[in-house]
Amino acid sequence: MIGIVGYGSYIPRYRIRADDIARQWGRDPETVKRGLLLKEKTVPGLDEDTITISVAAAKNALRRAEIEPGEIGALYIGSESHPYAVKPSGTVVAEALGITPEVHIADFEFACKAGTEAMYVAYAQVRAELVKYAMGIGADTSQGAPGDALEFSASAGGSAFIFGKEKVIAAVIDTYSYTTDTADFWRREGAFYPLHGGRFTGAPAYFKHILGAGRAILKKNNLKPEDFTYAVFHMPNGKFPMSAGKRLGFKREQMEPGWIVPLMGNTYSASSPTAFSATLDIAKPGDLILLVSFGSGAGSDAFIFKVTERINEVREKAEKVKDMLTRSPIYLDYGRYAKFRGKIIMNE
Amino acid sequence: MPTPGYTREIPQRYRLEANKCKNCGKISFPPRLVCPYCGARNFEPTKLSDTGKIVTFTTIRVAPGRYAAYVPYSIAIIELNDGVKITTQVVDCKPEDLEIGKAVRIIFRKMYPEGKTGIICYGYKAVLI
Amino acid sequence: MRDVYIIGVGMTKFGELWDKSLRDIFVESALSAMDDAGVDHIESMFVGSMTPGLFVGQEHIGALMADYLGAAPVPAVRVESACCSGGMALRLGFFEIASGNSDIVLVGGVEKMTDSADVTAALATAADQEYEVYHGITFPGLYALIARAHMARYGTTREQLASVSVKNHHNGSLNPRAQFQNEVTKEQVINATLIADPLTILDSSPVSDGAACAILVSEKYLKKPAVKIIGSGAATDRIALHQRDDITELRAVKVSAERAYRMAGIGPENIDFAEVHDCFSIAELCIIEELGFVEKGKSGPFIESGNTMLEGKIPVNTSGGLKAKGHPVGATGIAQVVEVVEQLKGTAGKRQLKNIHIGLTHNMGGSGASSVVHILKLVE
Repeated sequence: MIGIVGYGSYIPRYRIRADDIARQWGRDPETVKRGLLLKEKTVPGLDEDTITISVAAAKNALRRAEIEPGEIGALYIGSESHPYAVKPSGTVVAEALGITPEVHIADFEFACKAGTEAMYVAYAQVRAELVKYAMGIGADTSQGAPGDALEFSASAGGSAFIFGKEKVIAAVIDTYSYTTDTADFWRREGAFYPLHGGRFTGAPAYFKHILGAGRAILKKNNLKPEDFTYAVFHMPNGKFPMSAGKRLGFKREQMEPGWIVPLMGNTYSASSPTAFSATLDIAKPGDLILLVSFGSGAGSDAFIFKVTERINEVREKAEKVKDMLTRSPIYLDYGRYAKFRGKIIMNE
Repeated sequence: MPTPGYTREIPQRYRLEANKCKNCGKISFPPRLVCPYCGARNFEPTKLSDTGKIVTFTTIRVAPGRYAAYVPYSIAIIELNDGVKITTQVVDCKPEDLEIGKAVRIIFRKMYPEGKTGIICYGYKAVLI
Repeated sequence: MRDVYIIGVGMTKFGELWDKSLRDIFVESALSAMDDAGVDHIESMFVGSMTPGLFVGQEHIGALMADYLGAAPVPAVRVESACCSGGMALRLGFFEIASGNSDIVLVGGVEKMTDSADVTAALATAADQEYEVYHGITFPGLYALIARAHMARYGTTREQLASVSVKNHHNGSLNPRAQFQNEVTKEQVINATLIADPLTILDSSPVSDGAACAILVSEKYLKKPAVKIIGSGAATDRIALHQRDDITELRAVKVSAERAYRMAGIGPENIDFAEVHDCFSIAELCIIEELGFVEKGKSGPFIESGNTMLEGKIPVNTSGGLKAKGHPVGATGIAQVVEVVEQLKGTAGKRQLKNIHIGLTHNMGGSGASSVVHILKLVE
């Protein structure tokens, strides 16, 4: 059996309310919140980035896995906000975790899908028996242009998953990827904020790929939505994942535990991985969980997991997503938020 | 800080690696060649505890350029559970949340970037627990 | 060892000397000391300066100052021990004469801090760069850590800290060379802008330009009245504050004072007045404890009840101290000597003390990792 042996998340303590962003740009807060189903979002501290968030999430995953960091033979980090354009995030994270030098490292980028990509490759490395354990991380300090719809959602956080053959808490039943070239959202080299195609990001992008991957993996495994206890879909806003799930035949109760987007925002590469982590926080042995990510550009990775007895042994060994989301958040006004996110032009 | 020096400090900055005197058992952080307590020169590697308590603290309101964006920020001398003391920032809290004796945990954070194009420096900080 | 005497002193006004350069102010103070001593040559010189390289981009200032003083080819060297560079220059000059190597030596200190350098960062180089400064500590921050610990341990109050600044500003108001010649109240000190809690800007010495020099001689050039250096002591401590067993203890100060007292054959009870390194208000409290003027932990009430004022039991920082006179770091250790010499010779003007024979100077580097103490006695 190959699967997840440890998982962990990290969510920064800072928040900004959708109301404050709406008021900043002269928009009606109630309309915005109703339209996107977002209340607030997480904001990285001035001293947080994809690397520090990855370290914090990975430490939580190691606490649950109860393995020696040095046993991890591969480390992959998916993010669209790697701090360096050239120089890996993974090397810093690996040094901080104490898993160098015998480790294979790569940074991934695929818009919001890079996190499940890291999980996919980590799983494949274990399955190929190239390494004993491999870690896949999705982490982001997402950017949205000031005043753009994305500014209400682009948030910060991360989740890490250690794959292995022993001490498995959620076995991988199957994986499936669905990919096309679709220019729905992008950021050119050197550009500070991403651009997107507005309504073109919906049907031809998000829904086409999520539904394509979801339907295919169900069919391939001869499973129906009602066979699953939980389902997790990438969450660019509050509405899309619920709508996609319903179109696949899932009910609200199956999606609700992972539907953290109203408080967390869209954490890009960490969005569906963190929703999955929140679902593991409450899952019971025997539960089937469907995870479908989406990354603009565009593609979806789908996973089917089956939870094992061991989940009950490890769950309490690290902080849960819901607790991180609700534990004494520190709210920023728009001015401090703009400063935290480097949106103010400063002298050197 | 220049890149070679930064790279050299990684074991201490990222993982709190220290050395322990084989003669008197006292821990030195950073590692030293001579034990400041007994003068012995033989050590074994060790790692510092990642929890401790506040010995004394302040809030920095006038900072050197590289930390200017962080003001006001709190700095404390922390006594870790193994008795070693370190100076570090206490983050994700308000200055008035700090008190002598409060428990903290060491975390990994960004310190500062070297301008707009240089390396990004990381290291240990603390949060209240 | 031979006896060593100070026969002349000189200093610039301390403050923001916009129209004068590093070399200008040093040479001005050196000429003033030579004129005071009535000498026209020197045999060697020691120049205390903390970091002219960071402040104005100039190193190698031993040679520079010898050149611009017109003293080349005398041997000249810069002495550095952070904020006690000046005091250490005096100590080296003392040994230069005591050893018999020279009979007339110029010792000086200089710093030019207002030429737009990142002063906070430059001063912080006196702390442990890797394990203190990397984490964002500053000098006000280090002393604030000491202050908080002293307050918690000994019940020292915010008002007691403020009384140091009140006294030193009063003394500075009587010193025409002081950077600040205004009085301040306790309320003003406590309510001033916080720099590093609990310390405000009025607990802190300012950023200053300035230079000070003294002429040291052997018996060969002695002219009375002179001031004899009867004790010199220096010591060091762990450089990082957090590595010290007791955050409120300045061990280097204690040990350097013991060494100076031993050389002089006297104790703290024989000291009539002192110039000490009050870079921050809390420093003056800790220092007078380590010098033995008051029991450990009792400095707060001792200062608050007036014992260190001009008319008190043991006047401290009659010049206005670093707080009011100004703190061009490298110059401070020699400026302290200027004050003690002038007091002993009776030329201290409005702040002149009466019935004094022995004065002490205490100069300290970093958060107390180096310290130097001199004991000076009038010879008539």
